[in-house]
Amino acid sequence: MSGNNAIGEAAVLAGCTCYFGYPITPQNELPEYMARRLAEVPGGVFIQAESEIAAINMVLGASVAGARAMTSSSSPGISLKQEGISFLAAQELPAVIVNMMRGGPGLGNISPAQSDYFQATRGGGHGDYKIIVLGPASVQELADLTMLAFDLADMYRTPVMILGDGMIGQMMEPVTFRAKKKERHQVLHSDYILSGAKGRPARIIKSLILDPKEEEEHNWKLFRKYQRIEQQEVRYETFLLEDAALAVLAYGTAARIAKGAIKRLREEGLKVGMIRPITLWPFPVKIIQETAKDLHDFFVFEMSTGQMIEDVERALGGKARVHFYGRPGGVVPTPVELARIISRHYYQSQKRKK
Amino acid sequence: MKKVYARPKTLRDAHLHYCPGCGHSIVHRLIAEVLDELNVREQAIGVPPAGCAVLAYDYLDIDMVEAPHGRGAAVATGIKRVRPENLVFSYQGDGDLAAIGTAETFHAANRGENITIFFINNAVYGMTGGQMAPTTLPGQKTTTSPAGRNTRRDGYPIKVCEVFALLGGTAYLERVAVNKPVAIRNAKKAIAKAFQYQMKNLGFSLVEILSPCPTNWKMNAVDACKWIDEIMSKEFPLGVIKDIKC
Repeated sequence: MSGNNAIGEAAVLAGCTCYFGYPITPQNELPEYMARRLAEVPGGVFIQAESEIAAINMVLGASVAGARAMTSSSSPGISLKQEGISFLAAQELPAVIVNMMRGGPGLGNISPAQSDYFQATRGGGHGDYKIIVLGPASVQELADLTMLAFDLADMYRTPVMILGDGMIGQMMEPVTFRAKKKERHQVLHSDYILSGAKGRPARIIKSLILDPKEEEEHNWKLFRKYQRIEQQEVRYETFLLEDAALAVLAYGTAARIAKGAIKRLREEGLKVGMIRPITLWPFPVKIIQETAKDLHDFFVFEMSTGQMIEDVERALGGKARVHFYGRPGGVVPTPVELARIISRHYYQSQKRKK
Repeated sequence: MKKVYARPKTLRDAHLHYCPGCGHSIVHRLIAEVLDELNVREQAIGVPPAGCAVLAYDYLDIDMVEAPHGRGAAVATGIKRVRPENLVFSYQGDGDLAAIGTAETFHAANRGENITIFFINNAVYGMTGGQMAPTTLPGQKTTTSPAGRNTRRDGYPIKVCEVFALLGGTAYLERVAVNKPVAIRNAKKAIAKAFQYQMKNLGFSLVEILSPCPTNWKMNAVDACKWIDEIMSKEFPLGVIKDIKC
């Protein structure tokens, strides 16, 4: 199954009944899948919206009405959705947003890239807020994280973004859909949903808070929620880290390439391991800090000019050397190329130690 | 003693923040009266706009969710598709509906979304201090058209109902005003009819309401009401623009 289709099926299995989107390459298979699939779901709603902006606002409406709702797009389209994402965050409404990143800035191209990391992990729109960002590295993980995304969105009443790229969306791999772990009501306090004020006081969902003191308190409330998420929801994978002298840090498609490179380097006897962040926000700070107790060279690989590297440097606080290799603009290096670069940095760092 | 006039149940006991002579308070009251009379307050979900009426949720005692500026029709679409049994409406001004939110409104109308929109046309951006709106009349002075709207430079007032009448999805479009008692009675009928069309699942309904803004028109309330009769309704003629049942 292709990555884009796997997201669609996982979403439906997770109880998503509403999809709103606008065509943009390289993620069109997902709205096409949802157009077919949601027709089979009781109460299923699929709308090809007139714009990215309309799509995210339809998600807002469906979400406040109590449905599990999602939208998807690719980089330029995600920029357009940011107003709506800021409102969803401010109004504390759950939603799932998929970004299959492509080369940028501007119209860029339709090749895989990782240049929207800053936009995704810093909130993306205006105001002091964060969204949970998940970085899948396989079709199986796309499916698993899509299901998780809906649970997290409901649990914390927050937008959750799946940050993939053109490659992972188009790639075909075998996938097993896990059974739904939780029913929606188990993770959701539904006392905000608008259904008409019948037998209860009217509910108001808003983000306009004119009194600065109240708006400040709202911001701190959101901040405390983000702290809880940082404490409870960090996810990462480590690979051959135990005896490593150099740790590669990469996510998503870049991590797949890095894994291939590391396997080659291990065959040559180079002690290279990897930390792969699965949650890009919250960022896995602790494992990086713990790893820095034993090794002093980190190698960040991104399909951008360097965005996640800022989070790695911040986690390390100058306590280790950070090497970097980046390929922006939709270029995907091969594991062989990457292995050559890593080995150069590896030998340099070994020499420095002597 | 028999009570002949009272606050509608759906209208909260609150001081409205609107300027003296503003039409919003009248329209709020009409919506509240209609929701009471049709006995649908408990089904209603409202979407207020960015603009003067954003605080409508402080006055109307129903479920409400604030939309980003111009996106009311898209938000209402999402709600209505999930909850077809509810009565869903958005409340939007001219800048919200016919400038920044043109696409959302136009396409919701064209899809025939079974929602209702109350479109307050006061020919000016109210909350931001009286700038030129898409419905500002030719020659009308605003803070951003200080010499009057120049149609060569600024284009023409958009006649939303007439444009939407061409769309297959629209069921009921009427332009009314709230500048005098007889007009207010007609406006109430139109509001009720729009809700009834939605309840009968007939499709998209929109009531355009010409509404005085004395503050930004720089007039007193009486002159503002006269201006609607003498000037504004010549550009925006009142009446039913489209009714699929006629």
